[in-house]
Amino acid sequence: MLTSSMGEPRMNNIAASASVDDLPFVRIEANASHRGLGLRELWDYRELLYFLVWRDVKVRYKQTAIGASWALLQPLLTMVIFTMVFGKFAKMPSNGLPYPIFTFVALLPWNYFARSLNQSILSVVGNANLITKVYFPRLLLPLSAVVSGLIDLAIGFGFLIVMMLWYQITPDWEILYLPLFIMLAMLTALSVSLWLAVINVRYRDVGQAVPFLIQIWLFVSPVAYAVSVVPSQWRMLYSLNPMAGVIEGFRWALTTSESPPVLSVAISTVMVLALLYGGLIFFKRMEETFADVI
Amino acid sequence: MSAAIRVENLSKRYEITVGKNRHDTLRDQIADAWKLLFRGNRNASRQETFWALKDVSFEVGTGDVIGVVGRNGAGKSTLLKLVSRITAPTSGVIEIRGRVGSLLEVGTGFHVELSGRENIFLNGAILGMRKAEITSKFDDIVAFAEIEKFIDTPVKRYSSGMYIRLAFAVAAHLEPEVLIVDEVLAVGDTAFQNKCLGKIQGVAKEGRTVLFVSHNMAAVQHLCNRVVVLENGRTTFSGDTKEGVDHYFKSVAGEQISYNPSHVDLAPHHPGRPAIYKPLLQSLEFFDGDGNPLCGGIRIGAPLKVALRFAIERALPDVDACVGFETLTGQRVFTAHTWFDSKRAPTACVGERIYVCEIPSLTLVAGVYKILIALGSAGTVTDLVEDAARIEILDSDYYGTGRSPWNGLIVLEHHWQLD
Repeated sequence: MLTSSMGEPRMNNIAASASVDDLPFVRIEANASHRGLGLRELWDYRELLYFLVWRDVKVRYKQTAIGASWALLQPLLTMVIFTMVFGKFAKMPSNGLPYPIFTFVALLPWNYFARSLNQSILSVVGNANLITKVYFPRLLLPLSAVVSGLIDLAIGFGFLIVMMLWYQITPDWEILYLPLFIMLAMLTALSVSLWLAVINVRYRDVGQAVPFLIQIWLFVSPVAYAVSVVPSQWRMLYSLNPMAGVIEGFRWALTTSESPPVLSVAISTVMVLALLYGGLIFFKRMEETFADVI
Repeated sequence: MSAAIRVENLSKRYEITVGKNRHDTLRDQIADAWKLLFRGNRNASRQETFWALKDVSFEVGTGDVIGVVGRNGAGKSTLLKLVSRITAPTSGVIEIRGRVGSLLEVGTGFHVELSGRENIFLNGAILGMRKAEITSKFDDIVAFAEIEKFIDTPVKRYSSGMYIRLAFAVAAHLEPEVLIVDEVLAVGDTAFQNKCLGKIQGVAKEGRTVLFVSHNMAAVQHLCNRVVVLENGRTTFSGDTKEGVDHYFKSVAGEQISYNPSHVDLAPHHPGRPAIYKPLLQSLEFFDGDGNPLCGGIRIGAPLKVALRFAIERALPDVDACVGFETLTGQRVFTAHTWFDSKRAPTACVGERIYVCEIPSLTLVAGVYKILIALGSAGTVTDLVEDAARIEILDSDYYGTGRSPWNGLIVLEHHWQLD
């Protein structure tokens, strides 16, 4: 108690809290969640977010034989198959890069996105035991799913470095923009999952449809092919898929093989921010019914 | 004194679909919408509203221990969920001053793949503790749970006893200003139950505010200084504990007609009367200690009077009577017999008479008991009715310790001494 009360003035026991006015005050009423997005409260609960992420990471590869190698194996095998099918047989253009590098650079954000989206959509229903027993901002659940996927992404990066050394490709100053694109990938996964996670609480059909959705999404994202194969009159429409901007951004930042994808990243960003804002409002409005419906 | 919890006109409505199954899939929803459009509304399922809570208001002062009591379905759990912010009210307001810790179960969020150590941190964070706070209490928690040796073993390898001890240890070290506790917490073996209740008592003594939801009257009487009684989603009483508990017992009595009748007529062909006996016994009446007809069950140790009305056409010598208390499985627990009363001499009887048996203190463990009555003459049974009535013995704080008498059937005054 001593140590905690020094660092955390709010945590003192009653004797230490001088006046009643210092105590936190909560007012619970109907439709209270319709006001604001609750981002401040989210910040108050940052430690719980940390623990939820930590739990996801700890548990993910428990009782598996090869453990975290799975994080590497999946993109690696996909890369091999894509290289065979699209690189060798179909001879897709790869912006002058060795095809394995070309596709692996795209597979990193793609795998992160696909996994995070899936986990995040299922996160609310998957934590029904928490939702019906204890209060916390429900937004932490999809958020923690999106954050914990970053570990796998980091492992993938480790391998990318090895590959780039092998093919002797050195990134330039553009790599400084990479965090921006990672952020964009996170927000894309989060914004879409906010909508679908809520619908999944009421209609479990969503859980069934997600693998299919992700499969389709892969084909409309430039993972196996370069954006240059998309006819220019379709480019704008194509860029409405936020992952197109993310993947182009990754290729540009890491390999400098393309011109800066300014337009598509701008479109993607606007698209994601709109989805995210709407998703946050939708999620906030619906979260108070979760415990009753789940 | 300022209110730690203020509840004002709180209501919660649930929509329940009746008639057809709920539509849990979009397909059902679409199929229903189709029906609605093209065939009218006849087959579509009907939504019905149900008020789990309606206009509930009460205040809890800082440092109060308030018991929320009521029968199953009275709205206790709904109130608990609203105050814990798990679900939102339909209307009304709750204001809480102070950090809230709510314990609706122990071990919320435990992950079986994680070790005891990891689960302490995870569960603590979920219950609202800061990391620094958990770190400082970590050793106490481990010691309390008595699992030092297994602290780095995955929880899935724990015995159920170890699991629950660990879960409870974390919960017990939560130190909010306002503690909301569900009685469901006190499931498990009785030793564990008592540990939980003891802990709640400890919290109360430190001057924290406690909201305790229960239908264990012994615990409520012992722990709480105020009581709120809920009936069908409404508050019917709010105030002093003793009055509140009395109120609760009265409300329970009102609804449980099948048990605790004050008067039972015994038809000649009563199913409990073997055909070989003459139907001499006519009715059976129960009275409480004040001589009023019994209303509801009786509490452990309370007095009970049983009156047997019988009619004898031709005089019988040495008429005696007996009342037996049996468990629902038919185990005889106690027999009251005119033979056992030293002050009574055998008496001849004729016409309509009443035998009254007075038990100054009925010390049976809480539960429902079947009443058997019999009439005899000159040592032979002449009439007998099995399961003539059922009475309920209600939990009470007989020993004055807050612990309900448990295990066994009878309750006896006893004392301990440690030499």
